[in-house]
Amino acid sequence: MRFDSLADSVGRTPLVGLPRLSPSPEVRLWAKLEQDNPTGSIKDRAALWMIADGEKRGLLTPGATVLEPTSGNTGISLAMACRQKGYRLICVMPENTSVERRQLLQMWGAEIRFSPAAGGSNEAVAVAKRLAAENPDWVMLYQYGNPANAQAHYETTGPEILADLPGITHFVAGLGTTGTLMGTGRYLREHVPGITIVAAEPRYGELVYGLRNIDEGFVPELYDASVLTSRYSVGPREALRRTRELVQEEGIFAGISTGAILHAALGQAERAVREGQRADIALIVADGGWKYLSTGAYAGTLEEAEAALEGQLWA
Amino acid sequence: MAVQVRVPTILRTYTGGAKLVEGTGDTLAALFLDLDSRHSGLRGRLVAGDEGAELHRFVNIYINDEDVRFLGGLDAKLGDGDEVTILPAVAGGGVDALPVPSSRPGHRRI
Repeated sequence: MRFDSLADSVGRTPLVGLPRLSPSPEVRLWAKLEQDNPTGSIKDRAALWMIADGEKRGLLTPGATVLEPTSGNTGISLAMACRQKGYRLICVMPENTSVERRQLLQMWGAEIRFSPAAGGSNEAVAVAKRLAAENPDWVMLYQYGNPANAQAHYETTGPEILADLPGITHFVAGLGTTGTLMGTGRYLREHVPGITIVAAEPRYGELVYGLRNIDEGFVPELYDASVLTSRYSVGPREALRRTRELVQEEGIFAGISTGAILHAALGQAERAVREGQRADIALIVADGGWKYLSTGAYAGTLEEAEAALEGQLWA
Repeated sequence: MAVQVRVPTILRTYTGGAKLVEGTGDTLAALFLDLDSRHSGLRGRLVAGDEGAELHRFVNIYINDEDVRFLGGLDAKLGDGDEVTILPAVAGGGVDALPVPSSRPGHRRI
């Protein structure tokens, strides 16, 4: 396959069967390999769509400065896209983010502003919002509330999955910004009557939930519960166990959030078997495992790996 | 109809510091009333609206790991041995893989 540029090669990722993890020939699991995107994660789709949308609406003009609260995959995707387009990118992240993360973003040309460690990611969002208010010429794409994030999946991920799996009965993905589930879910609901849309939400260690007050909580503006059939909270133990099973049984080396997604997908598969229903369950492999090697997720016992993840946002 | 309830750090002022408490009730609403009889004020942090008719916007509650908003909300049915988890809604996953303060290494999830 030939493309005019790296950005043009985003999407059209493979959908592969998981014959060893699928419970029966009637109940099958299919994995959408999003680590095959240019920077190695599903976030390339949202990043490109948000930038194209900003250009279309005249917000992004040559030499523009883009601002986003992220130290993860979205930052990497935006950094790649901004470098190619000639935009300056500033990522806001907590000051205790790993050196590895900073280097990865700086390598792609992003600048970094730090938010206080104590506030975690809620605080990074708050600092980014404040910086945006102080610098009216900067453009915050804001993945949690930007409809172009979900639209990317409505226009690409959804149609790709349906084309490859016309008999799809279930779609399972992770819930973070909610863009993947809102966009793909809406598209599939419109085209597949009765489809089951399932969210797998990572459940972190309690330090991550250390707000001072319940009213400091946060729900992404993109979130619309009516798109979902159900939503499951998946803890680190189950996520790690499934991440390891995926590489051991099927040879797919994925990040830890994918383990949480696989866990929820297997739950749906078991239910289908129990109820004697046919099922074709598509699930998202959000990224590869490389960025998480230093978390200890893939080495030692599950207990050791779980302890190492404590206090980290692993998805 | 005994149910185990996991309480997040932020609400443990109502449970005398306990992270795991027991309650009874055949629905979530009934469980909250039961909990409030021993942990006064807790229910008020979990519900909102007229006479506490709905869940607080920034509170997520799970029965055996499933979000109760897809199980009937406060009317969600409870059975003996069910596990209820209360969590505040945070910007977690969206800021993908940001490490957060790990000042207490070895500190384990409830």
